[in-house]
Amino acid sequence: MRAFTYERAESPAAAAAAVARNPEARFIAGGTNLLDLMKLEIEAPRHLVDVNRLGLDRIEETPEGGLRIGALVRNTDLAADPRVRRDYAVLSRALVAGASGQLRNKATTAGNLLQRTRCPYFYDPAMPCNKRRPGSGCGAIGGFSRNLGILGTSEHCIATHPSDMAVAMRALDAVVETIDAEGAARRIPIADFHTLPGDTPEIETVLRHGEFITAVTLPPPAGGIHLYRKVRDRASYAFASVSVAAVVHPGQGASGGGIASARLAFGGVAHKPWRVAEAEDRLADGGDAEAAAEAVLRGARPTGQNAYKLPLLRRTLAGVLAQARQGRGEDR
Amino acid sequence: MIDDAHAAPRRQAPGSAMTSEASMAAGSAAAPRLDLRLTVNGKERSLRLDPRVTLLDALREHLRLTGSKKGCDHGQCGACTVLVNGRRINACLTLAVMHEGDSVTTIEGLGTPEALHPMQAAFVRHDGFQCGYCTPGQICSSVAVLEEIRAGIPSHVTEDLERIEFGEAELRERMSGNICRCAAYPNIIEAIREVQEQGA
Amino acid sequence: MKFDTPAGPNPSDRGRVLGQPRDRIDGPLKVSGRAPYAYEYHAEAPGAAYGWILGASIGKGRIARIDRRAAEAAPGVLLVLTHENAPEQGEDSDYAAPQLQGPEILHYGQAVALVVAESLEEARAAAALIDIAYDAAPGHYDLAEERDQAKLPESGQTPPRTDVGDFETGYARAPVTLDVTYTTPDQSQAMMEPHASMALWEGDTLTLFTSHQIMHWAQEGVAATLRMPQEKLRVVSRYVGGGFGSKLEVYADAVLSALAARLLGRPVKVALSRPLIFNHTTHRAATIQRLRIGTEQDGRIVAIAHESWSGDQESGGTAEEASSQTRLLYAGENRMTRNRLATLDLPFAGSMRAPGEAVGLLALECAMDELAEKLGMDPIELRVRNDVGYAPEEGPAKPFSSRKLVESLRVGAERFGWEKRTAPGLRREGRWRIGLGVAAAVRPNLAQPSQARLRLDGQGQLTVETQMTDIGTGSYTILAQVAAEMLGLPLEAVTVRLGDTDFPKASGSGGSWGANSSGAGVYAAAAELRGMIARKAGFNADDAVFEDGGIRAGNRRIALADIAGAEGLVAEAGIEFGDLSEKYAQASFGAHFCEVAVDADTAEIRIRRMLSVAAAGRVLNPKTARSQCLGGMTMGIGAALMEEAVVDRRHGLFINHDLAEYQVPVHADIPHMDVIFLQEEDDKSSPIKAKGIGELGICGVGAAVANAVYNATGVRLRDYPLTLDKLLREMPAAAA
Repeated sequence: MRAFTYERAESPAAAAAAVARNPEARFIAGGTNLLDLMKLEIEAPRHLVDVNRLGLDRIEETPEGGLRIGALVRNTDLAADPRVRRDYAVLSRALVAGASGQLRNKATTAGNLLQRTRCPYFYDPAMPCNKRRPGSGCGAIGGFSRNLGILGTSEHCIATHPSDMAVAMRALDAVVETIDAEGAARRIPIADFHTLPGDTPEIETVLRHGEFITAVTLPPPAGGIHLYRKVRDRASYAFASVSVAAVVHPGQGASGGGIASARLAFGGVAHKPWRVAEAEDRLADGGDAEAAAEAVLRGARPTGQNAYKLPLLRRTLAGVLAQARQGRGEDR
Repeated sequence: MIDDAHAAPRRQAPGSAMTSEASMAAGSAAAPRLDLRLTVNGKERSLRLDPRVTLLDALREHLRLTGSKKGCDHGQCGACTVLVNGRRINACLTLAVMHEGDSVTTIEGLGTPEALHPMQAAFVRHDGFQCGYCTPGQICSSVAVLEEIRAGIPSHVTEDLERIEFGEAELRERMSGNICRCAAYPNIIEAIREVQEQGA
Repeated sequence: MKFDTPAGPNPSDRGRVLGQPRDRIDGPLKVSGRAPYAYEYHAEAPGAAYGWILGASIGKGRIARIDRRAAEAAPGVLLVLTHENAPEQGEDSDYAAPQLQGPEILHYGQAVALVVAESLEEARAAAALIDIAYDAAPGHYDLAEERDQAKLPESGQTPPRTDVGDFETGYARAPVTLDVTYTTPDQSQAMMEPHASMALWEGDTLTLFTSHQIMHWAQEGVAATLRMPQEKLRVVSRYVGGGFGSKLEVYADAVLSALAARLLGRPVKVALSRPLIFNHTTHRAATIQRLRIGTEQDGRIVAIAHESWSGDQESGGTAEEASSQTRLLYAGENRMTRNRLATLDLPFAGSMRAPGEAVGLLALECAMDELAEKLGMDPIELRVRNDVGYAPEEGPAKPFSSRKLVESLRVGAERFGWEKRTAPGLRREGRWRIGLGVAAAVRPNLAQPSQARLRLDGQGQLTVETQMTDIGTGSYTILAQVAAEMLGLPLEAVTVRLGDTDFPKASGSGGSWGANSSGAGVYAAAAELRGMIARKAGFNADDAVFEDGGIRAGNRRIALADIAGAEGLVAEAGIEFGDLSEKYAQASFGAHFCEVAVDADTAEIRIRRMLSVAAAGRVLNPKTARSQCLGGMTMGIGAALMEEAVVDRRHGLFINHDLAEYQVPVHADIPHMDVIFLQEEDDKSSPIKAKGIGELGICGVGAAVANAVYNATGVRLRDYPLTLDKLLREMPAAAA
């Protein structure tokens, strides 16, 4: 871990300014991912701005009837919030599917969104990785890629985003709120927040240096059956092979498919939470899970090792939708 | 340094800790030290630390509280689990300087060999450990898990998010951030159940 | 004491303390965080500087250039060692582990530099400033590709080949045959305590606090490496945070901490970082295993061949002896086994819990399941039909000292509800497919000489001192139980001190020999002490009874405390094992039963319940022995379902080198599990009549899991671990 200087920020704007003026500065909140990477010098900031004491740890109702989640709300607290459990169960479920109790107690809402990939080539500084060292190549392509991306990948990077929370937020149409060093606020729909690797896999979000996440807002509750299904070999404390966040309104739908409407987001498959409008449209039009999965998987480019994620996603989605049709919201 | 757990004068108020960026040259500069005050196992402790020092290393190497273990140093095993302000965290993935004013409880603070905490005693009775290395983390986690269930915090196996029930599945899921390679898992669950039932 | 005739009745039979499920006597220290591990001897090695090891980042080749100047100039740095300035050390050998002796890189993760600084943070940061250029060479990293070049190694723990009868002919004539190939991956021991050492020099004497399973091996290894007399080296491992075979070796932490401490004139401590451990230390080597079994229609085996291929470094490489248990387990007149070794440039292969059997049984015991199905037989009946009372390669002249395989299977079947097993793929509960599986367990019983010193003081307190280690196995407790039983003392009157080369040499912990060997060593010393006590008190030792803290004969009783007096009594003795292991085949046996649930959509596999039945001689402490079995069962579940150190065949390393990516079972994977010990006392094994149990627990477990997965799904996977991607490929989608 390289030496760094450390300060505790006094306000969100001051935090943003402190980071903005130093290209090698980073915010530190929970620190569970940043310090992990700093120990390996995959992240090597010269200055840390501690944002833990800015009071951004509240969950408030918005005038529209939604929720505004402070950036520093811990994953545990977000999952346990009675309003989240009642109205946004998919988010609560996704949060507790991730990491461990200890990590969730520390990890924050904003930090969870900003997690970096768990690709083993990213994690070994001796290996080529375009994300860690642009231009060095992608070690995962042709290497150990079993748990890496199948959608939206590029020839430069097949990393996945590891978050469960973000997948649920994608299904819920969350909005990320930020301010910059000048105090200017910005609202970024979560659909636009994470980027695809393309030829700049080192860029993972649309945030500018020094731009500081203050909150994530959720629109008013959409109702429906909330499911989060995370598939993995180890029963807990493991990243997803594939995950599905679903908010489903059962019903007759347009042509009797048993589903009136559905919102579906997928984890473990791409550089960002994956959501395809056409898949949801097909379901609302009476299409089956297979038809929806086909739309989700259009353009998939798996490796030999992770091609299993295609049938896995199809089958997981079928299982989730079958459960939703039965009107059962509980799932594990 | 044999012992830098001295009572260093506090130079800065909480919330205004800051080291000078200018004081660091690029590359090989020494990290300016920061003063830190925290309560550990009920005792107020003052430290002057390199900001890179994790809470775990502050406990183990500076305060000589080696009960909290370093198994992986990357948040992947749980051996370093301690309670900070009553909540369990991985002490390896947090900087000590982020804990100014916090109250930390380690395994040493739960009980002593002569006066064990009920959870420690239950671990002995149920043989909830073998090599003992993950054990302090398991015990700190166990104590916190019972509180988390009481507080209504859901887990991955909670059937009904509105009503959490004690049960082995709940305990197993919640303890999954604490790896035990000797695999005392079934015995650990029995130990926690016993404490939970006695406390109920 | 020489053990060369079967044990008769003796004081260890009384069962008042020994054999009782006592709590661990080291428990209060461990659960309160007061038991010191290798990196924690702050008081004994004060003011230690911190070392950080940098590992090679290529799989094979040479260091072309290494520049340590920036690291040396970094804040707090006291010393930087590379091959350019490291002290000369002993030649590489079975024991010695020289470090930084040249530019040659044999494997990824080999130590290329040590940085010592005032703080851990400074040492780690400076290590990153070392500038290294490599000339990488092409290496061999793919076992399947090297398989045809594999050879029979010259030596091993067991012979590399055996032939009995005429396998080829017997197999060709067999009415029913099975020819299957299984593969098992590289695995990592992944004990929780990283390898760590603290080195303290006082003059020319070194005290090395380290984490090792066998004290005298560490002493020999480090002394040979440092070219110093063994008597000038004290090795201390009072508590060892797990080993599983990994801590049978000396690594860079021990050698480099010692070298640096000598150069600096100051204690130095070094721990291996977790990401380094996976490639720096040993692992269990991957295997390819071919099984051919020919039977009569009634299931009697007439020909059996087990061939194994594994890889290791060219120099000093060892084979994973995966076929060896097949020499012991089932009958059959025509037999052939091979343990072949290919050259690979991966990190060194080594021991991991039940080397050989743990992966050998993954293949053999699944093949038996396949064979049973082919024969239309119950898999338990097939095993019972091929039970044998003697070492099958050697004939009736070498009977087993005890062998309760059939009883293990029968008792387990009854207790587990084996009769509920259906044909494959039929049982369904909601979204889960349910299946049951069984496998046999066998692990040879090994013994090592072991000594102990017993000291009785004037308060009637007994202290046991021996180099034996407790790596979680319960040594502290069972040795106290042996001593207490022998001398008629309550357990509370016994103190046990372990893990120190200042104490009498002992077996150490490896090969499941620790409890029986070191227990017998304490038995021998206790017998000696009993004689001393009796003589001093004027009793005939053969008539005297030791009980309740005293010695009694007829109406006469004297307290041991009074006999010991102020000066106390000290006895030192040990056990040596004669040729009973040549006259009798000795092994522990057992059976594992498993119920799995497989998600019909996703092919996720979850263990629902598990039972192990074990027959392993006298159980010295049912509580700690059960825990050993639970640990083996869990590691077996890991081997079946998730554990794989993945080789990157281009770069030559285990790429998933941390505990997030090398997955071992967590709490949620492990349900309540049962262990049954069959009553057994093996009088050919040792005076305390115990046998090894720490490894029996893993032997066969993974096969029971795999057989249960087959029973649940009808899919037979022969490539471990049985991850969902492999199962999904073969498993039809659930009916909607």
